[in-house]
Amino acid sequence: MDLRLAPHAVAMSSSEFLSWSGEVMDQLMKYTGAKKAVDRLTAPIWSWAIRNATVPLHFGIACCALEMAAASGPRFDAERLGMIYRSSPRQTEVLLVNGWVTAKLRPDLRRLYEQMAEPRWVIAMGECAISGGPWYDSHNTVQGVDTFIPVDVYIPGCPPRPEAMIDGFMKLHKKITKEMKGTFLND
Amino acid sequence: MAEMWLNMGPQHPMTHGLWNLRVKVDGETMTEAEPVIGYLHRGWEKITENRKFTQIIPMADRLCYGASMSWSHLYCLTMENLMEVEVPERAKWIRTIVLEAQRIGSHLMWLAALGTDLGSYTVFLYPVRERELFLDLMQNLCGARMTYNYPRIGGVRNDVPANFERDFTRVLNHFEKRLTDYEALCDQSTIFRMRMEDVGYLSAEKAKNLGVTGPNLRGSGVDYDVRRDDPYEMYDQVDWKVCVEKTCDAYARYRVKMDEMRESCNIIRQCIKRMKPGAIRVKPPRTAPKGKTGWAHVEDPRGEGFMYVIGNGDDRPYRLKVRSPIFVTVSAAPEMLVGYKIADVPAIMGSVDMCLGETDR
Repeated sequence: MDLRLAPHAVAMSSSEFLSWSGEVMDQLMKYTGAKKAVDRLTAPIWSWAIRNATVPLHFGIACCALEMAAASGPRFDAERLGMIYRSSPRQTEVLLVNGWVTAKLRPDLRRLYEQMAEPRWVIAMGECAISGGPWYDSHNTVQGVDTFIPVDVYIPGCPPRPEAMIDGFMKLHKKITKEMKGTFLND
Repeated sequence: MAEMWLNMGPQHPMTHGLWNLRVKVDGETMTEAEPVIGYLHRGWEKITENRKFTQIIPMADRLCYGASMSWSHLYCLTMENLMEVEVPERAKWIRTIVLEAQRIGSHLMWLAALGTDLGSYTVFLYPVRERELFLDLMQNLCGARMTYNYPRIGGVRNDVPANFERDFTRVLNHFEKRLTDYEALCDQSTIFRMRMEDVGYLSAEKAKNLGVTGPNLRGSGVDYDVRRDDPYEMYDQVDWKVCVEKTCDAYARYRVKMDEMRESCNIIRQCIKRMKPGAIRVKPPRTAPKGKTGWAHVEDPRGEGFMYVIGNGDDRPYRLKVRSPIFVTVSAAPEMLVGYKIADVPAIMGSVDMCLGETDR
């Protein structure tokens, strides 16, 4: 809504007024530079909160799922870094694709990805999820999960060790810290 | 009460691996069940026809990632049968040791998964902790944690590392004490007993007719074990017993696997004592004659694994067929599930020890 309507504000309905006033505030903050300041102040808090709760989906596909389980075991204890597995895609932030994706699985995986609430990230763990791996010439395997889902972090290995998986999550934390700069007020 | 179909999977905390269990429920009682598999099918048998014999060994590792050693070993055993290769004695002892260590590792992973299924997180943490010790032993031996690529056609890849016997004995001494802890955690827990006992009944008759093998068959009271009835490697040289339970329920299948871990410790100890220095590998022929067939079957941690191969005159197989134990066992799922409450599904299917990599191939 444009600002020329300001004199007629009294003739607005309550919902119209709300959206108009919100817009006025946004524009004011943008042009006075207050938005930048608020963003700069809040972005670290925002990204800190998000990167410490990268909750992966509890979804074991193949070999790497066992390393995923081992990573949350006592020796590696990935839970201290915020990787607590949740079984409902609505509650999770990270889709950890840990295995080969077949033609039968692909629609389901796409659906799981779309069920997750934003912000969401995808980690391709292991060679199969990255590029098809040992099944590169299989008739039924999708050659890499990034052919139908945007992937943020790749963890190579067949299967990667639990340390490698935790390192992949650290890379994701770095990415979140960078990406989350100054996006607070845009939402 | 209206009946309805309920999908459990492919993304469901109950499914270890990737499959879909469709159950028809009347209220809370299951009246029909239908396992849907094939989510991991990548045409394993067809791909192998384009690979050389040695290239198939690491692929066989990835058939069942829970017990990769037993599958690559089964492949090598099949190829030795096809090429008529005699394996040196020391290689046989080493193979027996690593197979039993793999059995313990696989059963520990199963116990951990069963623990999370039944909501007991301690039962997840303890077995995973001890599984790491066995993975460390395997890593010392062949460099990998899970997919070992260790057996070779005609022997094993390398000899055992220094202090192999000492390390194994230490881990086994430690592990046998821990095994008592798991039993205290599970057998003395009222909740565990209530959830596992008297659910998932599978009679011996039904189990035999449906082709169920391995610990699930022995949990139904059938005394059958490939290691004893058709011995391979050195199982006829060591003294051990087959673990059988009579009660046919989920708890019996759990007891069989727990007892098997103790027996595996026993077998490994005897093998370590009787292992002698010697050759570990013979050179097999590079090609197999056209039309010649070979087969082998072994006692996988999950049941009877079987492979059948036909030579093609060159260094690739004409056909390689895999009989996977869980592919057959999952057909007994309706038999085990129907009539019980829907809350019993994790206990029943958790006791079966599903592995979908070998099922879908």
